Amino acid sequence: MAVVCVEKVAIVGASLAGLAAVRALRRQSFAGEIVVVGAEPHRPYDRPPLSKDFLTGAVTTAGLALSPDDEDLGADWRLGVTATGFDPRTRSVRLDTGEVLRADGVVIATGARARPIEHVGVHTLRTLDDAIVLREALRQTGRLVVIGAGFIGAEVASSARKLGWDVTVVESLSTPLSGQLGTEMGEIVSRLHGDHGVRLLTGVPVSGLTGTDRIEAVQLADGARIEADLVVAGIGAIPNVEWLAEAGGLAAVTSVPGVVATGDVTGSQHWTFAVEHPATAVASLLGADPPVARAPYFWSDQYGVMIQFAGHRQPGDTVRIVEGDPEQRRFLAVYERDGQPSAVLGLNQPKLFTRWRRQLRSVPQEA
Amino acid sequence: MTEIVADAGRCVGAGQCVLTDPDAFDQSDEDGTVVLLQAVPADDEALKRAQIAVEICPSRALSLTD
Repeated sequence: MAVVCVEKVAIVGASLAGLAAVRALRRQSFAGEIVVVGAEPHRPYDRPPLSKDFLTGAVTTAGLALSPDDEDLGADWRLGVTATGFDPRTRSVRLDTGEVLRADGVVIATGARARPIEHVGVHTLRTLDDAIVLREALRQTGRLVVIGAGFIGAEVASSARKLGWDVTVVESLSTPLSGQLGTEMGEIVSRLHGDHGVRLLTGVPVSGLTGTDRIEAVQLADGARIEADLVVAGIGAIPNVEWLAEAGGLAAVTSVPGVVATGDVTGSQHWTFAVEHPATAVASLLGADPPVARAPYFWSDQYGVMIQFAGHRQPGDTVRIVEGDPEQRRFLAVYERDGQPSAVLGLNQPKLFTRWRRQLRSVPQEA
Repeated sequence: MTEIVADAGRCVGAGQCVLTDPDAFDQSDEDGTVVLLQAVPADDEALKRAQIAVEICPSRALSLTD
């Protein structure tokens, strides 16, 4: 555990993971200098509502602030500044302002960005600025096509439906969410779309988009053409690691003492990882004992149904309903491997879910 | 004296607080939203757990007052 004497920490990324890293440093009694660099001009804000209550207007920009105004963390926030390069040997971050920020410890928390589809009238949703533009576009109603039935796509479909849009969701996988929930549960959860009058087309990739001045239609590989006034693509995220390319990439720079990574940039896309893992990352920077890590957890709110998942599901795990009824869209399902619970899924079963999730913690998890 | 304040109206029932400190937090039987068992943290360790619970609450339904 050869850890350099840490007097100054640079945190690159000023979203949830960056903020959690600042708080963890202070909680772990770090009294030195903290500089936070954030590419977006905004103070840390909460992303999960962007696809839900923010789009429907129930939450405003002010309601998204993650840090109360009176929270004094003693950090220097450099917002609207982008990191463009990194030298791990000297722990120097090059900024687009021309400055070089040198620190004893560096936390890489630059997150990820939405995988784009470059076409007029096609939106992605990742940042507050994306959400403001999309919310504006959703003010009138019409025909929305959502490309990708993952969590972001499903939540946008749910919000747009609530606003009165005619919504079609297209998904190239034969079962939405099968990667996260498995085929059986992915199929059950994706029935929520049909329950609420949203068309779901699965197993067909998008082959093209038509319209020159404005979007007109989404073209599918089977020849179908779906008329659209607005398209939202929820087709995954790309980690923001380009600024590390010269230095050999993320894995190379984090093998250097004094450099750690946390949050979505690591490939995780879970809110709870971004809020909890920084404490572990920061502990390794300071040479302190890391806190106990929990099994991954995520939640989604679609059409008023609270979906929660925790654990390490693997292909081949069996799944059974232990409470409730999938037909009622209110149930608890437990995934098992070798007779032990590996993961748990709940729909509108928050209390029972927590009870099962607590049991998961006692199951040894691979790192 | 620091006190935990819970807004059950904002709460989505994720249960993050219950996992952080089961002595201070529970979830209601009806809708799974937060129920405070111990609003005033008894010692420094309990206060630390309360701060963590506030930070990792996905609906930001928890706060601390002085």
